[in-house]
Amino acid sequence: MTVDRRGWRVRLLTLWLPLAVAMFFALFPFYWMAITSLKTNQELYSRKVMPLIVHNPTLKHYVDLLTETSFLEWTWNTLLVALISTAISLVLGAMLAYPLARLRFAGAAMVSFAIAATYLVPQPLLFVPLADLINRLGLNDTLTSVILTYPTLLIPFCAWLLMGYFRTVPVELEDAARIDGASRLQTLVKIVLPLCGPGFISAGIFAFTLAQNEFLYALIFLTKTEVRTVPVGAIAELVRGDVFYWGQLMAAALLGSIPVAIIYSFFVEHYVAGLTAGGVKG
Amino acid sequence: MTAVLAPALTRRRPPFSFGRWVEREGVFSWLMVALPVAFLVALVGYPFFYGIWISLQDRPVAKPGEFVGLDNFIRAWHDPVFRQVAVNTIFYTAAATLLKMVGGLGLALVMNQDFRFKNLTRALLLLPFIVPTVLSTIAWQWILDPAFSVVNWVLKAADIADPGPSWLGNPHLAMFSLIIVNVWRGLPFYAITLLAGLQTIPPDLYEAATIDGAGRWGRFRYVTLPLLMPIIFIVTMFSVIFTFADFQLIYVLTRGGPANATHVFATYAFDIAMGAGQFGQGAAIALSMVPPLALIILAMAIYMRAPKS
Repeated sequence: MTVDRRGWRVRLLTLWLPLAVAMFFALFPFYWMAITSLKTNQELYSRKVMPLIVHNPTLKHYVDLLTETSFLEWTWNTLLVALISTAISLVLGAMLAYPLARLRFAGAAMVSFAIAATYLVPQPLLFVPLADLINRLGLNDTLTSVILTYPTLLIPFCAWLLMGYFRTVPVELEDAARIDGASRLQTLVKIVLPLCGPGFISAGIFAFTLAQNEFLYALIFLTKTEVRTVPVGAIAELVRGDVFYWGQLMAAALLGSIPVAIIYSFFVEHYVAGLTAGGVKG
Repeated sequence: MTAVLAPALTRRRPPFSFGRWVEREGVFSWLMVALPVAFLVALVGYPFFYGIWISLQDRPVAKPGEFVGLDNFIRAWHDPVFRQVAVNTIFYTAAATLLKMVGGLGLALVMNQDFRFKNLTRALLLLPFIVPTVLSTIAWQWILDPAFSVVNWVLKAADIADPGPSWLGNPHLAMFSLIIVNVWRGLPFYAITLLAGLQTIPPDLYEAATIDGAGRWGRFRYVTLPLLMPIIFIVTMFSVIFTFADFQLIYVLTRGGPANATHVFATYAFDIAMGAGQFGQGAAIALSMVPPLALIILAMAIYMRAPKS
């Protein structure tokens, strides 16, 4: 194919221009987050200074954030909660997915309907009864409250995704293992699970980002500084009364996004596979 | 006697063996699914029905409830704020979903070409979707700040408006801003999922269509769109449900203001239940999301089935 001048112009209009607009729209808020966090307060709250670049970069907001607030504690809480609830969801999700993908049993249709229904239940529907339940269990202001409730949001997705991966394992492999005397559990653990590593990574990454993103339950269940997660901590404690500490807020937003962004950058392909699995395979 | 019968019995029915019982397909399956099913029943199924029970009570926070039947729902029905909330939610969902659908499809088509750094572009475009919503929304709040909005700075610098509009203070603009931020966050999901769908369409279909005389539009209308429909449907269903029940974005940017102009079901239920401490009323408002959601899903399912049958 020869790319003449006209072809180049068409390509500019149908590819590069729309891509540039989309990239600008998608990434500008992150640029803004970053440069705001590096500006001095005089610069931030002046209408005369050109705001699109940093004139006197400073790390003051980061220092303040890390020394004067409980940001590190919130980060630790967020990671801990996300990791444990992801692990629980992967295990329970796999326990649902394997029989549904491979075995025949009475009530299978009911179980898969229940998973689909759970998938579609948004948090705002359940926060009132859950708040009451957590309260009665005495789990208010404990990380257990969110570690218990987050898997309800993650399990359906993990189960759905893993079902697809379990189905790709050739039945012949499982039959061979069974003929050689392996029990069903051994077949699952020694034959099927090792072949589904990518599925677990995809489901795990997706669940991890979802758990990091959760806000409503954390906002309701966690009201003390020492148990808060980053989103709730930022909203509840970096805004004091009507005063927004914009520099610190932006620093917190940026630092809070970094764990997810790093993990995401390592596993983009797995993440995209997980993201599109629901739509394309389902 | 036993010596004669025993071998016959074992042949017909072997003595009960736990190991073999566990190996039965049905038994093994239920041993596996029992724990997760119990978990979901305890933390999703039970709270759902318990929520219905709470919604039938007058229940101030930390006090025993009193059964009042459908009073909470009737009160919501006559509450002008509730009606505004319903209108707001439907408008917000419809506008945001439509923009995400059209924009996402457009972006997917643009990205379904060969170009350099395609994977990097795709990874960067997905960032708004993976970064915790509350944190990116805080950045948007600063972008739309009444006094120091960068948008207004640009408008002023370009001599378009001085001072610029109050993006979150004006009722109509506040709704508009929320929709833009929602689209910003949700569009990558649409685009990347639809892109994955586009890549599954076999190229020979396009060749066949071209031979039959189809132009660019014809190929899109008669090849791309029909084959993409199932994916558009699923993505839209997710988008509609989660936009309809959106909480984070609105809570951070406007808390439902100004003057309830951006209150949606989730934020209003939160205000009533957690702010005013009326658990019963809050549960009733939250549950009011169920019928419209069910209707939307049903309507979409029927619409999707119609051309096929």
